[in-house]
Amino acid sequence: MRGAKLLLPALAILFGFALGAAVLLVTGRSPLGMFQAMLQSVSGINLAAGTFNSRYIGEFVVQSMPIMLTGLSVGFAFRTGLFNIGAEGQLMAGSIAATGVALWVQAPPGIHVMLVLLAAMAAGGIWGAIPGYFRARFNVHEVVMTIMMNYIALYLNNWAIVELFRSADHIKTAPFPASAMLKAESLSALTHGSRLNWGFVPVILSLLVYWFVIEKTTFGYGLRAVGYNRDGAQYAGMKVKGNIVASMAIAGMFAGLAGAVITVGTFSFGRALSGAEGYGFDGIAVALVGANAALGIFFSGLLFGMLKAAQTLMQAQGIPKEIANIIQASIVLFIAMKVGIDYVLRRLGRAKGPEGP
Amino acid sequence: MTILATMLPIALIYATPILIAALGGLYSERSGVVNIALEGIMMVGAFAAASVTVVLEPSPLAGYYGILAGVAAGTAFSLLHAFASVHLKADQVVSGTALNLLAGGLTIYLCQIFFDQQRTTAFATGLAKVSVPGLAAVPWLGPALFKDVYPTSWMALLLVLLTWFIMAKTPFGLRLRACGEHPQAAASMGIQVVRMRYVGVLISGALAGLAGAAMVLTQDIQYSLTSVHGTGFIALACLIFGKWNPFGVLGAGLFFGLSQAASIYAKDIPLLQAVPSDFFFMLPYVLTVIALVVFSGKSVGPKAAGQPYDPGRR
Repeated sequence: MRGAKLLLPALAILFGFALGAAVLLVTGRSPLGMFQAMLQSVSGINLAAGTFNSRYIGEFVVQSMPIMLTGLSVGFAFRTGLFNIGAEGQLMAGSIAATGVALWVQAPPGIHVMLVLLAAMAAGGIWGAIPGYFRARFNVHEVVMTIMMNYIALYLNNWAIVELFRSADHIKTAPFPASAMLKAESLSALTHGSRLNWGFVPVILSLLVYWFVIEKTTFGYGLRAVGYNRDGAQYAGMKVKGNIVASMAIAGMFAGLAGAVITVGTFSFGRALSGAEGYGFDGIAVALVGANAALGIFFSGLLFGMLKAAQTLMQAQGIPKEIANIIQASIVLFIAMKVGIDYVLRRLGRAKGPEGP
Repeated sequence: MTILATMLPIALIYATPILIAALGGLYSERSGVVNIALEGIMMVGAFAAASVTVVLEPSPLAGYYGILAGVAAGTAFSLLHAFASVHLKADQVVSGTALNLLAGGLTIYLCQIFFDQQRTTAFATGLAKVSVPGLAAVPWLGPALFKDVYPTSWMALLLVLLTWFIMAKTPFGLRLRACGEHPQAAASMGIQVVRMRYVGVLISGALAGLAGAAMVLTQDIQYSLTSVHGTGFIALACLIFGKWNPFGVLGAGLFFGLSQAASIYAKDIPLLQAVPSDFFFMLPYVLTVIALVVFSGKSVGPKAAGQPYDPGRR
């Protein structure tokens, strides 16, 4: 059974990369260059030139951090049977709160950054709890609701950057004080000037909390029960409505934290956005490939982080960087076809031996 | 009042792609397949339309060939969604998400292959505006509907009527709706649910492709990653706000178009001056959230939308 659980994501990844390589071949680009770029982004080793640069490893980690968190966000809701397309908006709500606390609150170094992270989690949690409440109370479908909430958050962010935080150029706010930031010179120096920051600490803590809550607590068991069978959970006396709101709120907190990690870690100022940056959709891919488990989300976060980090390297070699998006989308599409593929696999299995599924 | 008169034609230009894509979503969802891939299909349609137009331009018909290309590309792209969600019983939301992800990657990838840059080459005119000499003189309606109008706006309005006729007055429309309400019951009456759902999704692909083409050829000078900027999701909002009904969609689409036009003209209208433009962009989404809550409890959408068709279920 465990093997079968791993088989589908493995097949999906294989299919995605094979398709990506085929697209490159058909359009006259070298798949080898793509694989070299991916190797370099993970290990820092440039095979063609025989050089090593640790900056690439740092950037790889930087790319992986926020999508692990949005992956946890989407995965947490999935476990309760909810589809959270709203991680993007919850992330933006988190960024707005992080920017506000970073600019307006004055506190000693360690405490200030903690306040920033907590505020971002609270804002993301509220942004997630709203569709959760409407789902529980009025049975409004969370997919449509969270899509709408994403755009509301986007325009709210752009309004806040200009009107609330008084951005001079209407693009970015004043720089944050050092006390509010996850940025660290030491980490940057360690990785040859990459944007590596302390963001990995809250990311790892989040992965552990996710694992613990989902797998080891009665509360997590209740959430999963609602995901398996809503009516059954209701009959067993669980508070289904409360669980739905709680699940969306916690999902929102993970995404909100991602907003803080980007805003005060990768960057050092609040930003107006011309459109969604896609972290929420990356999170859907991460959660699907990671089978909504903490360890799975960790590894698939690394996989998609690698793809994102390799993009600039590919572009430099004349390989259009969008091949990474094509590979990611194909992997998601393949996993979407799960039911059909399971059926085909079962048929193949039955053809080979007498033992059933 | 004069401001409103000048705003109307602009509102119609904005409303056109929203309307067409929302009607596309209507066919798909009425057949029982949720289509959140409208955005991605629009991107593919817009890319195809812009590319073909650029290649064929100086020809005066270039824009029209572009529109055809957009429709064809949208239909072909939606085939993926139909195959995944009808044949392979995929989760329709995941499949739609995959299409949205794929569209951004694929179109910009192809831009780099064909045009060596992140966007298509700019076209000279795209689609030209046309006027109907006699009718343009009619007060109010004339300037809005018949003077210097893009033909795509007429297409959108005609498609509303056509969709209403098909859905309400033809056996095909009845069958399509039956597949979205109770596919097993429809199947028991001899309707081929799988085929109807394919048709529903492919029509939505054709219309979303047309919407993308209309958008890029009338509001842009080239296709780029931000050409469609969320209009497919506004179309989804429009479909819900219009209660999955062609005339409801028309009303919602025109209203959303007007709210976008208002963001441009707000600085000239005393009452709206103080409102930041971002709030106008936000309006369609906020209204849809409110509408969703108000409509909740009443069954307005297709009942079986989102569920894979399982012939064995009762």
